[in-house]
Amino acid sequence: MNLIAPVLLQILELALALVLAPLLTGWVNQCRAWLQNRSAPPLLQPYRQFAKLFEKEVVLAHNASSLFRAAPYIIFACMALASMIVPTLSTDLPFGPAADAIALVGIFALARVFIALAGMDVGTAFGSLGARREMLIGFLAEPALLMVFFTASLISQSTSLSTIVETFASREFAIYPSLAFAGVAFTMVSLAENARIPVDNPTTHLELTMIHEAMILEYSGRHLAFIEWAAELKLYVYSCLGLALFFPWGVPQGADLSNLPLALASLLPKLAIGGALLALIETLSAKMRIFRAPEFLGTAFMLAVLGMLVHLLLETGK
Amino acid sequence: MSGLSANLSELLSIDWILLLIGTWLLIGLAGLTVLRDVTAVARLLYPLGALVGMALAVCAFNALGAPAEIAVLPLGLPDLPFHLRLDALSALFLMLLGGTAAGISIFSAGYLRKGEGSAAGLQCLQYHLFLASMALVLLADDAYAFMVAWELMALSSFFLVTSDHRNPEIRSAGYLYLLIAHIGAIAILLCFGVLQGAGGLAASNGVADYTFDHMRAIRHDTFWASAAFGLAVLGFGAKAGLLPLHVWLPEAHPAAPSPVSAMMSGVMLKTAIYGVLRVSFDLLHHPLWWWGVGLLALGLVTALFGAIFSAVQSDMKRLLAYSSIENIGLLFVGIGLTLTFQAFGMTALAALALTAVLYHCLNHAVFKSLLFLCTGAVLHATRERRLGKLGGLIHPMPWVAWLALLGVLSSAGLPPFNGFVSEWLLLQAFLFTPGLPHGYINMLIPVAAAAVTLTAALAGYVMVKFFGIVFLGQPREETISRQAKDAGWLERTGLVWLAALCVLLGLFPVFVIEHLDFVTRTLLGTGVYAASGNVAGSHGWLLLAPISADRASYEPLLFLLMISAIVVATAAFVHRFWHGRMRRGAAWNCGFPIQTPRMQDTAEGFSQPLRQIFEPFYRLTRELPTSFDKAPRYSVVVRDHFWYLIYLPLAHLANLVSRGISVIQQGRIAIYLLYSLITLVVLLFLVRG
Repeated sequence: MNLIAPVLLQILELALALVLAPLLTGWVNQCRAWLQNRSAPPLLQPYRQFAKLFEKEVVLAHNASSLFRAAPYIIFACMALASMIVPTLSTDLPFGPAADAIALVGIFALARVFIALAGMDVGTAFGSLGARREMLIGFLAEPALLMVFFTASLISQSTSLSTIVETFASREFAIYPSLAFAGVAFTMVSLAENARIPVDNPTTHLELTMIHEAMILEYSGRHLAFIEWAAELKLYVYSCLGLALFFPWGVPQGADLSNLPLALASLLPKLAIGGALLALIETLSAKMRIFRAPEFLGTAFMLAVLGMLVHLLLETGK
Repeated sequence: MSGLSANLSELLSIDWILLLIGTWLLIGLAGLTVLRDVTAVARLLYPLGALVGMALAVCAFNALGAPAEIAVLPLGLPDLPFHLRLDALSALFLMLLGGTAAGISIFSAGYLRKGEGSAAGLQCLQYHLFLASMALVLLADDAYAFMVAWELMALSSFFLVTSDHRNPEIRSAGYLYLLIAHIGAIAILLCFGVLQGAGGLAASNGVADYTFDHMRAIRHDTFWASAAFGLAVLGFGAKAGLLPLHVWLPEAHPAAPSPVSAMMSGVMLKTAIYGVLRVSFDLLHHPLWWWGVGLLALGLVTALFGAIFSAVQSDMKRLLAYSSIENIGLLFVGIGLTLTFQAFGMTALAALALTAVLYHCLNHAVFKSLLFLCTGAVLHATRERRLGKLGGLIHPMPWVAWLALLGVLSSAGLPPFNGFVSEWLLLQAFLFTPGLPHGYINMLIPVAAAAVTLTAALAGYVMVKFFGIVFLGQPREETISRQAKDAGWLERTGLVWLAALCVLLGLFPVFVIEHLDFVTRTLLGTGVYAASGNVAGSHGWLLLAPISADRASYEPLLFLLMISAIVVATAAFVHRFWHGRMRRGAAWNCGFPIQTPRMQDTAEGFSQPLRQIFEPFYRLTRELPTSFDKAPRYSVVVRDHFWYLIYLPLAHLANLVSRGISVIQQGRIAIYLLYSLITLVVLLFLVRG
């Protein structure tokens, strides 16, 4: 009995992630359309997209290698694994210990390296352009993300995400300056990592400004569907991560199925609000030139380091 | 030989290892008998050398947990025989040497070609002498034996580097290597002098005693201990490629044949790490905290420098050489952290940091030699080292490409491969630094972790560039893809062996750490694995992080299984419920009709954003075309500031001084006779006074 509940919760968490991720993207797109005074696509549009793409046959370039064909599955698997590690339904999950916060950053990096390599595989001008830009964004965002996790780890004395969430949820409610810095840095990193405006535009049709889209131009059919799904999962994982780190209330501590309604009741509204805020940020800001992106991410990195310093200077002295 | 044969009946590990080293020397000498017979050397001698390497790794593995063993070789000067000692630290590095050498030797067996460099038999002798001397460095237990082995290592590797000595570039690279190796050797010699001399001659009955045992027994005062430490860092740093003595690395690695670059980068740099560890933890006992902080800062600068420069290289071996500098920097960061923790008496945390260092030594040895060997295979297949001419090699050379991918993922520090484990351990060690009982140090060191993460992320960029440009895309030169052939079976065996080590080291960290414990216990008195029992039950994080963390917080095997399961499940799912139809067509490329391989990113193009971000770090020479040029040319050359700010002024100074001295050199015998007369008169005057 002791083992069944956590495993069941784990499977449920994965299934929830797979189902909710496209919905979250649909929701963000809907909100953005409303904010921009356009008529919105239906909430289930991403699912229709998948159905269409799965139905279509794959057209591969003549010189695409097997790495190109394997990459979508590997990227999807990385994101699915990431969604199993971030505590959303419970902090006590069997896969939690398999990877801590540092390993989570490693998973994102693994997926990024594969998508960049796949972008370079066919050898088109746009593919390598996208890969280069993606790696540029990645090498700046990754340390910033790690520094955010470091701040959280220093506070909770652990790099395990479950412990971090448990510590944060049980702390008395107050504004912690270090976490405020970390939160801003995390938001900036999330925007960049998920190919959102101001760094990248997920709906762009202008090749020269593309980052994420440029890499996956050569993909079609089921491969494209998995890459899109992975991108949506990534957005979902980042959202859950942000909620778990900065708004951890409501995540049940034990692995008990009876807590499930409470967990869902806290997760869904938080995600909905988060998605709406993302749409708001995207509507209010303009996409910047690619060479401003290092400055943007450099700021995020500095803020994260500052957060850590603030924690060490102000919050440990007591 | 009498001492050896007397012990032979008891067959201690150290005797086995000495026998194996002797076998390497014999194999090398056998090369002389078949000097120009490439087939005999390649098909017989190198595989034998690989077997000896394997045996050495097994012997050393067995000796890891055993108590230290001593042997005295009746070689050397009268009254000054070679003292040898095999303890856990030596055993670990011997294991690293043997295991890596096995892969590289078997690769060399397939790699050797007629007419490349010096005669095959001679190369065989130099190569095996190089291996044997590295093994002796690791075993030496007195300064004399150590220096002899160290010089033998430098010289044999010098001859290997300049094996293709008809090329003037290679000659000058070899000369630079030899020069810096000797600056280092002098510093090491002085370091041993300080370590020995602090006791004075009186302590050893008027005879200078250069055994390490004697040095261990002496209690050095702060000043002399610091001097010895500084000299050791200078000397071993020169060999390892620590800033600012790194300049030989990017010259010597591309010049050497690929298996030699692999050996130098994978193993020889580690002998320098071994030396630093031996001096700072075994011969000196009480580190001061500022040694640690200084080394940490030096390591950080080296790591960042290496990463930034490897990103902009256009030659695949230079790129890997700079990446080695980066990894050496990270190793020194770890050693600095260990020293700092130990200076404050936090041995459990020192053990954690040291474990990260030792783990990374193993990892870097394996993945860097794998990558260097892959460049060798590419070089033979295409005759091309410049990234700008390669591309698309995954099609003609699938074996090399996929094995290189494993090396690339390990080197980029990605889970679940080996590079990630040591990076993870190092970051965990950093997370403890706020506990240091020292005002500002405990706040500044965690910030250093930011630089470490930046370096690690840059390594990912570099590795994507390396793999993507060499193996993916379209061939940038027509002829290259047509003539390229995959590596032969001997070369493949070597690559597979090293790649398998990458994967195994990544998947079973707990097993590895359990064995690294023998070393940390020898040097620090405690180990990560052993300490888990001590700390358990006190603090959640203390119990979790350094120790059972590998089990509790990062499980690579589960990680890999999960990813594979999801990959298989999703592929099966979509094929079962939809279809697996696939068609080949032209690349879409957004409908642009004209596509040539020239439109892909070149090596320079791929690193252009980094050149822009880190511009002040480089010395750039650009040639940009204007719109009126008849034949527009674009070129950009990235050079090293250190070369212009330190080395060239020094060389200039040396020239000036020697020119000044040459004034007294007139070339007439009468004047030289006059000098002798003056000297004689002055001496007589002095003696009389």
